[in-house]
Amino acid sequence: MPTLREVKKRIRSTISTRQITKAMEMVAAAKLRKAQMRIMQVRPYSEKLTTILSHLSEAASGELVHPFFEKREVKKRTLVLVTSDRGFCGSFNSNLIRKANKWLGDQNRDDVELILVGKKGLDFYKRRQWNIVETFQDWSGNLDYTKARNLVDMLTKRFLDGETDEISVIYTQFLSTARYKICDVPYLPVDSLDEEHNEDEEKQKSNFDYIFEPSPEAIFKDIMPKYALTKMITALADSFASEHGTRMMAMGSATKNAGEMIDALTLQYNKARQAAITKELLEIVSGAEALKG
Amino acid sequence: MFNLSIVTPEKIFYENEVASLIAPGIEGYLGILTNHAPLITAITPGKVTVKNESEEIITMSVSEGFLEVSANTATLLVDAVEYASDIDLDRAKEAIERATRRMSDKAGSIDIPRLRKAVERAKNRLRIASDD
Repeated sequence: MPTLREVKKRIRSTISTRQITKAMEMVAAAKLRKAQMRIMQVRPYSEKLTTILSHLSEAASGELVHPFFEKREVKKRTLVLVTSDRGFCGSFNSNLIRKANKWLGDQNRDDVELILVGKKGLDFYKRRQWNIVETFQDWSGNLDYTKARNLVDMLTKRFLDGETDEISVIYTQFLSTARYKICDVPYLPVDSLDEEHNEDEEKQKSNFDYIFEPSPEAIFKDIMPKYALTKMITALADSFASEHGTRMMAMGSATKNAGEMIDALTLQYNKARQAAITKELLEIVSGAEALKG
Repeated sequence: MFNLSIVTPEKIFYENEVASLIAPGIEGYLGILTNHAPLITAITPGKVTVKNESEEIITMSVSEGFLEVSANTATLLVDAVEYASDIDLDRAKEAIERATRRMSDKAGSIDIPRLRKAVERAKNRLRIASDD
């Protein structure tokens, strides 16, 4: 039976833990709101860009004239893994790393390179024998456009220089506060454009005979880097939102658990206190009885 | 009348029925009226003039992007856009100064084309703001 003082100490420490997790939950909630807004902001742009691009490729009679479409024999692969910088977000990072390990599982070490976004991925892979070419850290949960652009510039350069033949991205798609989906998507070469298209657009397109200024090739040249950037930014925005969502949920349940623990401990404390009082009373009474003789 | 939407990575900047649109195409300024033929073109930094339903003229500055016109719907996709009246002259001047300084700065790896584009964008904003 723990003593009164011990129980009291535990109660106090649990209370302060609850305060911390509560604060973290609220911070995560605020950041989640911001991240969700980011997703909403980028969405129309990326949708329109995809539409223009698909009209463009349609009009160019399926002839995709840009190096980003070039499918080569895959000798070297690159994996971009987007994890979070910080922990306290439940199984978020471990799920991502598990997925990445599965992806890496059947690959030859020499033919694969890793690009890690977020500290947690680096923490895991730096001690393992994979070839890490570059890391992008310290995002502090915000989407930094300059950083994202550097990442994309680096990726496209590696692809165009032939240092890698295929780039995949593992990230989390944001579904709702509590839900995310781990995705493993091909990034370069770009293969299909109409994944996000709905029925209406299918019907609507192909009826137009577009005028291109200056030429489809030139527009492709301008539009493809933007497409690559937008795709990455969407992925990152989703990842950050899922991270904050997961952290909010994790911290919420931690706060709840702390509350339950405090209740249990308080009960224990009161029981111990009562027992002590009863014991004391008994001692006094029996002492008095003994004196009476 | 046709539908015009101006979209940037940050937000949908403008979405309305308009009477006409003049945009800085890569091969020169081009005007779009109702029932324009389907068109896709690249956009360079410059001035966009929109005449809205009530014949009011709205001017704004845009940076690089694309314009698609089809079935009386025009979509202007640009990196950045600003109403002419909102342009911050000091900030634009500062951007030019910074970029020119960095261009003459020999040290490090400087991306000259990117800087040149930055100067071009800032000059464009200055020009539009002073026209307004």
